[in-house]
Amino acid sequence: MEHQLTAGVPTDLSRIERPQMSVKKSKRRESLDDLADRGVLSGFDRKRPGVKITMSAVHVVLLVGLVVAGLGPILWLAKAAVTPTQDTLRQPFALWPHGIDWANLSTAWNDIHIDQYFLNTIIIALGSWFFQVLVATTAGYALSILRPKYAPILNGLVLATLFIPAVVLLVPLYLTILHPPIIGTSMLNTFWAVWLPAAANAFNILLVKRFFDNLPREVFEAAKTDGAGPFRVFWSIVLPMSRPILGVVSVFAIIAAWKDFLWPLLVLPDPAVQPLSVRLPAVQSQTELDVFLAALAISTIIPVVLFLVFQRLFLRSAGLGGAVKG
Amino acid sequence: MTMTDDPPALAEPMRDEGVARHPQKRKRVRNPASWVRGGGLSNLIFLAPMLIVFAVFSWGPIVQSVVMSFQKTNLVTPAVFVGFDNFAKVLADPNLGTAIVNTLYFAGLALVFGFPLPIILAVLMSEVKRGKGLYSALAYMPVVIPPVVAVLLWTVFYDASPNGVFNVILGSFGIPPQPWLQSSATAMPSIVIEATWAAAGGSIIIYLAALIGVPPELYDAAEVDGAGIWRKIWHVTLPQLRGVLFIMLILQVIATSQVFLEPYLFTGGGPNNATLTILLLIYRYAFQNSLGGAYGEATALSLMLAIFLGILSFAYFKLTERWSTN
Repeated sequence: MEHQLTAGVPTDLSRIERPQMSVKKSKRRESLDDLADRGVLSGFDRKRPGVKITMSAVHVVLLVGLVVAGLGPILWLAKAAVTPTQDTLRQPFALWPHGIDWANLSTAWNDIHIDQYFLNTIIIALGSWFFQVLVATTAGYALSILRPKYAPILNGLVLATLFIPAVVLLVPLYLTILHPPIIGTSMLNTFWAVWLPAAANAFNILLVKRFFDNLPREVFEAAKTDGAGPFRVFWSIVLPMSRPILGVVSVFAIIAAWKDFLWPLLVLPDPAVQPLSVRLPAVQSQTELDVFLAALAISTIIPVVLFLVFQRLFLRSAGLGGAVKG
Repeated sequence: MTMTDDPPALAEPMRDEGVARHPQKRKRVRNPASWVRGGGLSNLIFLAPMLIVFAVFSWGPIVQSVVMSFQKTNLVTPAVFVGFDNFAKVLADPNLGTAIVNTLYFAGLALVFGFPLPIILAVLMSEVKRGKGLYSALAYMPVVIPPVVAVLLWTVFYDASPNGVFNVILGSFGIPPQPWLQSSATAMPSIVIEATWAAAGGSIIIYLAALIGVPPELYDAAEVDGAGIWRKIWHVTLPQLRGVLFIMLILQVIATSQVFLEPYLFTGGGPNNATLTILLLIYRYAFQNSLGGAYGEATALSLMLAIFLGILSFAYFKLTERWSTN
């Protein structure tokens, strides 16, 4: 895998990142559709009647399938969130046979304290994002641009953690949170217990370092000759140039924080600090179905809206994940 | 972002740092003042965030997991070295066999359903001329829904009564209602269906990105040689994707053998331990133990799983090395 990582990344990164830096917005949008000039089918293939009919059928089936699988559950959830429990149980596909129950949403928000857990989720996501970006950019800068003599060793140690399955860390990391070195007091039930372990992310460092490796060296040399120290170079030159990769790291960080379940479940046993992902299964048994579905719907809104707004960034990041893996 | 790190170095004369970096490489100066001027200190300041979080939350726990697997520790009494006792105890546990079989079953089913599906969809989607963005967005939608919400929502879909969402759909095709999560025969396949739905979008985006990289000339050349559509897919598309396919396959095996969230939330390992996976067993040892956390056993089992996955990946890469490089 190591071979694959080092071999695949530089070319793929430059292919995916470079247009971002130079090409203007309007052009970028087209490029998503037009990047592949042609695929399996040639223009000639497409004109053959058999292929033409089959392809139209494939398109219809594909579109219907994707709408049902991708949009269906969300739409059903949106409907069920404002439907009384009995209607959902008896006629799950009927559209409000006994009227719309808007009160579900406010009951979920106020009485189940979704508001509190929502806030906790946002605090966890923002904190994880901040520490991941801080660690990834400073480490990427030091390992790629400052490059002290011992950098390759550190780089190797960071990459090595990519090959350790997460399950190995579970128990010892939990015990580290209970008895952290130096500080002495337990970090249990504090957000630090989620933020800091999330920051020890080798994948981020790999991404950022690869990106920095591809930045033009001459700019830094010129800045140095003009008297800029390493901090000035980092803050005024490297960071502004690394916006594309920071977007990718941010998407990964926020999504991961929003999704995480097992870790916050372990280190945040106090309901007052728990995020939605931990709280929702816990309140399930004591909540009426319609209110519970409303709570699920509220929890889905932010990720879905973020995705719709930053669609291209999300999809590019997802593809990039593959580029690094492949 | 790095404000906390900035002040000490900004106070230094910047010009000295910039100029002094180069001579440092030629003659090795050992005294602290020139080390600082040579950039040694600022290197360390930039590396500090990474070194701290990795030492405490990554490298430390990895080493600790090896140590702990040979210890009896429950956090109350001091840890005692017990040799291979933990490993012996775990291997003698009758639940281990069940967990291994279930995990293999899950991984196998997920492979059969979950591996080819995104490839087929991605190849079809890449042939869509217009609106590719819409197709990708629809396919990626399930990935955006937080996994906990998805599982809880699917629990409602899997309602075993004839009025359950899926049973109504099956009913419209004349298929009798299924027990889904309620029966030990259908519980695991049900979990696999949800997991496949949740993960397919991510893989599709990765394959779409890889398909863009297939050189169109290869298709042109294949056509000159008289290849039809199927032969183009078989002899051009798939071989061009093989690097990504090999990596995605082993990553999926590594991920599915550590499945936790779905069985934990859907069934808690039931009915009759039919969905008890290895990770669920580790979780039970450490955190659901009436006799206090069996941390030694839990880490021993995690370590065995990690070593197994390590050997498996190594063998896999040795085996596929010959085919994946051109």
